Amino acid sequence: MGLKQNLHNLKEKYKGTKMAPLFNGFHTFLYLPNETTHGGTHIKAADDLKRTMNTVIMALIPCLIFGMFNAGYQHHVVTGEVERVTGFFSGNFWNLSNLWIGAIKVLPLVIVSYVVGLAIEFVFCIIKGHEIEEGYLVTGMLVPLIVPVDLPLWMLAVAVAFGVVIGKEVFGGTGMNILNPALTIRAFLFFAYPTWMSGDKVWVHDAVAKSGGADAISGETVLGSLAQSQPLDYSVADMFFGFIPGSVGETSTFLILLGALFLIFTKIGSWRIMLSSVIGALVMGFIFNFVVSSGIIGETSKFYGLMNLDFWKHLLIGGFAFGVVYMATDPVTASQTNKGKWIYGFLIGFISIMIRVFNPAYPEGVMLAILLMNVFAPTIDHYVVQGNVKRRLKRTKVKTA
Amino acid sequence: MGLLSKKDAALITDPLADNNPITIQVLGICSALAITAELKASIVMSISVLFVLGIGNVVISLLRNIIPSKIRIIVQLIVVAALVIIVDLVLKAFAYELSKTLSVFVGLIITNCIIMGRFEAFALGNGPWKSFLDGIGNALGYGVILIAVGFFRELLGSGTLLGFKVLGDPIEKTGLYAIGYENNGFMLLSPMALIVVGIIIWIQRTKNPALIED
Repeated sequence: MGLKQNLHNLKEKYKGTKMAPLFNGFHTFLYLPNETTHGGTHIKAADDLKRTMNTVIMALIPCLIFGMFNAGYQHHVVTGEVERVTGFFSGNFWNLSNLWIGAIKVLPLVIVSYVVGLAIEFVFCIIKGHEIEEGYLVTGMLVPLIVPVDLPLWMLAVAVAFGVVIGKEVFGGTGMNILNPALTIRAFLFFAYPTWMSGDKVWVHDAVAKSGGADAISGETVLGSLAQSQPLDYSVADMFFGFIPGSVGETSTFLILLGALFLIFTKIGSWRIMLSSVIGALVMGFIFNFVVSSGIIGETSKFYGLMNLDFWKHLLIGGFAFGVVYMATDPVTASQTNKGKWIYGFLIGFISIMIRVFNPAYPEGVMLAILLMNVFAPTIDHYVVQGNVKRRLKRTKVKTA
Repeated sequence: MGLLSKKDAALITDPLADNNPITIQVLGICSALAITAELKASIVMSISVLFVLGIGNVVISLLRNIIPSKIRIIVQLIVVAALVIIVDLVLKAFAYELSKTLSVFVGLIITNCIIMGRFEAFALGNGPWKSFLDGIGNALGYGVILIAVGFFRELLGSGTLLGFKVLGDPIEKTGLYAIGYENNGFMLLSPMALIVVGIIIWIQRTKNPALIED
């Protein structure tokens, strides 16, 4: 008798008890249940919630691994132990000492995020007495990728608890939340502990601990230095491949792009949202470029640095690409209608770049833009559906007349 | 209770729990969000509302038979405004710093929905003694929530209570700060007050499911 049969037998034993949802969660995570439906016709689809979630996690794994290397690389670059890389396969980046620093800093983030989040989810399932919802699987992977590498673990734990309870469980759990839980967690961290979420110290491992000392190090993100109108010292290739300081997993536009293609190919992520967000961002970036080139904003303006950035470079820096691909497309909080997705995505891109440029206190606008549009998504859907109803009513009137 | 009959006592106890003006009637939210970042401000605000609502309810109740119903709102406004001005001037005279913190919100007691609500719903139809009790009860119910929210927001947001550093000194890193604790800046922002009130509402309704609306 293998594990599978054992689990099937145990399920009968736990049936009806308080622990049943907890047990079933593990059971169905490993194997398909051994029940079959009897009689009648049933439609069976392979893409249940767990598979959907796992596909997104698979798309996130490259970002996680790259993030580990990058955490070590950024640390070693600012301490002067390695040279800046020149190509994507440079040994200065892909080496064990980089990975080691990344692993001891990033893996604890992943573990804390999952343990705290899943524990809360389990407790709520047992209280409510329904099956475990897998909603936290993706959130738990997203969270460590969108925070700075040196974030204290207890802060992450507090934020995850807040995000899961207030962002999701109070609304009724997975599928009922208005806001993306991962972004709720990040927003909580951002407003609760701003010194750990922004500035030029938090993006590089050890910079906070060493600040003030003789061997002080710092690493400003690209957005941060642009917001202060400082010259950019990263090449386009650096920004595209992700050899820049930033939150753990969001720096590599290249890997995010691969993840996006994977999500589109597996039909998990909506290409409409991704494409329209990119269009929205380009339009806004283009408007800002136009404002600068027509002389309305001069070099003395505090917005000059970011406004003057070539409009397409906005896609490469900051968390824009990561947010658009992995978080704007969250099927629960995004618009449901196809037309709605275009509007929703476009506004996310548009507003992201607007916040980015106009509000130096929030150098990355994509978090706030997605949260804002999450709130508006049902409204957009409502008007799209109503518009459809009206158009079709008109059609029937013409026919009957 | 010898002093109060059972019915009268309910006027005071009901608003404290099952008919709380903030958590059940969802009135007076604006000030609950705005001034609860510090416990001291919450307490002063609660006392101010206690004064205004207690006296105001009596005055309206005494006048209830001679106020023409068409202009009753204006009469009520005048009564509140007069009382609020007294509170404002007293604060400015004896607690100037605090009146700065409370700023416009003292003046905005006038528009506090709880006060007009109690005038309309209770004082216009009941005698002065009952109205007084009702006013005190509702102001206490408001105050309890305000102080609870203020307590958590000041404790978690600034690490202090009434200005005393109960969790240690964040700059010299004593107490909890020595082991890496940090104040939660989000607690000082108004949205967090809304969430804290929301959590109180959640707990209250879980304890007493009869309060859950459809």
